[in-house]
Amino acid sequence: MSGLNLSHVTKQFGTFTAVNDVSLSVPDGTFVCLLGPSGCGKTTLMRMIAGLDLPTGGSIELAGADITKVPTHKRDLGMVFQSLALFPHLTVGENIAYSLRIRGVAKDVQKKRIDELLAMIHLPGFADRSVAKLSGGQRQRVAIARALAISPKLFLLDEPLSALDAKLREAMQVELRQLQQRLGITTIVVTHDQREAMTMADTVVVMNGGEIRQAAPPVDIYRRPADSFVADFIGQTNLLPVVPDGAGRASVLGEVVEGIALPTGAAKGTLSVRPEDVQLTAPGHGAISGTVTFVRDLGGAIETFVEAGGTQVIAVCSPRNRPDVSVGQSVGIRLDPATSVVLAR
Amino acid sequence: MRREPPQRLAHYGPLFFPAGMLTVFFVVPFATMIAVSFFQRQQGGFYTPAFVFDNYARFLSLFFGKVLGFSLFLAVAVAVACVVIGIPFTYLLSRSARKIQIVWLVALLSILSLSEVMIGFAWSTLFSRTAGITNLFVWLGLMAQAQALTPSFGAVMTAMTYQAFPYTVLVLYPALVRLDPTLTEAARTLGASPVKAFLTVVVPALRNTILATLIMVFIFALGSYLLPQLLGRPQHWTLSVLITDQAIYQSNMPFAAAMAVFLVLVSLALVGLALYAGQQRQAK
Ligand SMILES: Nc1ncnc2c1ncn2[C@@H]1O[C@H](COP(=O)(O)OP(=O)(O)OP(=O)(O)O)[C@@H](O)[C@H]1O
Ligand SMILES: [Mg+2]
Repeated sequence: MSGLNLSHVTKQFGTFTAVNDVSLSVPDGTFVCLLGPSGCGKTTLMRMIAGLDLPTGGSIELAGADITKVPTHKRDLGMVFQSLALFPHLTVGENIAYSLRIRGVAKDVQKKRIDELLAMIHLPGFADRSVAKLSGGQRQRVAIARALAISPKLFLLDEPLSALDAKLREAMQVELRQLQQRLGITTIVVTHDQREAMTMADTVVVMNGGEIRQAAPPVDIYRRPADSFVADFIGQTNLLPVVPDGAGRASVLGEVVEGIALPTGAAKGTLSVRPEDVQLTAPGHGAISGTVTFVRDLGGAIETFVEAGGTQVIAVCSPRNRPDVSVGQSVGIRLDPATSVVLAR
Repeated sequence: MRREPPQRLAHYGPLFFPAGMLTVFFVVPFATMIAVSFFQRQQGGFYTPAFVFDNYARFLSLFFGKVLGFSLFLAVAVAVACVVIGIPFTYLLSRSARKIQIVWLVALLSILSLSEVMIGFAWSTLFSRTAGITNLFVWLGLMAQAQALTPSFGAVMTAMTYQAFPYTVLVLYPALVRLDPTLTEAARTLGASPVKAFLTVVVPALRNTILATLIMVFIFALGSYLLPQLLGRPQHWTLSVLITDQAIYQSNMPFAAAMAVFLVLVSLALVGLALYAGQQRQAK
């Protein structure tokens, strides 16, 4: 089997389990984002893929070969560290050519490759500069070029853009994605910025507490979250309790909503509704009734906070269909079963 | 914080004390020594103020040239040995657990409390035939017969390296602790084995610290006069031994002073050369 395969990978530090029984299959040429809150084990998982840490259980396969115990320098991968780890004693060109020099590639071949890579990262003519004198974005690009010098089988990046300002980060996300598509290289990026993950990834892997909660394409992660953690972590969502009413039908905040059922085999569940999918109407007529507690106009969107059955529901509208509501007013809430997801946990 | 250049003489106040100490304990003795080196020696251990070059002329002989050459060679050898052993040692130390680091650093610091005399006698015992380590080798079956390892060049080198090693580690330690550990990890992901990563990343990244350490140990070793006498043969005696001999046993202060001045000048020249070479490479 080609691509990268993790099966039951586990890492324990003493009695603490940082990564717990992670299995993941990454086909060749895909872009995967590991996404999750701080301390959930993203870096640890990536370091095991790179061979910088050894798993305490499970195995890692790359292009059909078991690499679980292969030392890092024999894995032919490229990695960009959060600190970038550019070598301070080498110039930009020497940094980029480091992996070639280590492999004994001829000087003139090295030089050609440096020029190619510098052109690729839009820094032509920078070969003889000192790395200390580069800007943040330029250092970032040099680190990427250095990791790609040998055309590795696997490209790993640990929070590569976190040190950049918001604007530059957005631009680099697009650039990184385009670069990956052009080279067709299997890429894994660690991030805790969900926008970044949604921008770049073919597959988003949401982690929490050392475990994978869901691995799916970005749209599915957003539209079809596997559990309430994923629903809450990716974007904004309303998590509403779903309980059976007297007749055993699913009821949300005191109203039976047509088309929504309890999860199979569960006594109760949670409904995830994105704020933009919440419709505000006149009260009554089978709508969930609530009271407006707060309205804020963010320019591009208007958020209405409604209190219903002891739970806060947020509705987002575009300024064009501005809801005619004010604080203290009674309103009805309508949920569309097509855009809501019932979660077991 | 705003920093202004000192406006009045009083603003230089904090500098008076160190400047005074430096003058009293360094500039004055050194100036005295330079002056004495030009004095005329009298029979019976006295000297009279004069301005003669006799003392320097006497030094310019093959014998003293050889001794000077050996002293410089020994100091360089000790400096290189300390740094070659010290860098990997300190690197591993800086990457080990906090508790282990503390134990080692305390042990190394305690070597500093030993005087040169104690170090010398300890090693001469260890290297002796009757009570030395060769008895251990015989007992282990590695050697047929116990033998004396001193006096010899190796014994001098070992003891001097031992003596200078704590200083080496103490100078290298902060720089190695500060070195970003992801640098070597990055080198490994780029295809360098751990040893190669150490040689191509850690060592070059610390070039300035290493140069400073070499210079420090070199100067430190240049002043050693007890260990070469205790553990070496006469041909292993350094210029410092001869200076002591002239100053104390031959009572020839002017000649001792001339040799000391010469030694200072030569070592300053070497240090300057090393710094210059370091800067040239950096500029490149
Ligand atoms: N060498 C180690 N020894 C002990 N615990 C460790 C070690 N490395 C990581 N951990 C623990 O493992 C857990 C996961 O760490 P990891 O660095 O993988 O998190 P992360 O998801 O990358 O977080 P962040 O987004 O903050 O970088 C953390 O709780 C951390 O404290
Ligand atoms: Mg991390």
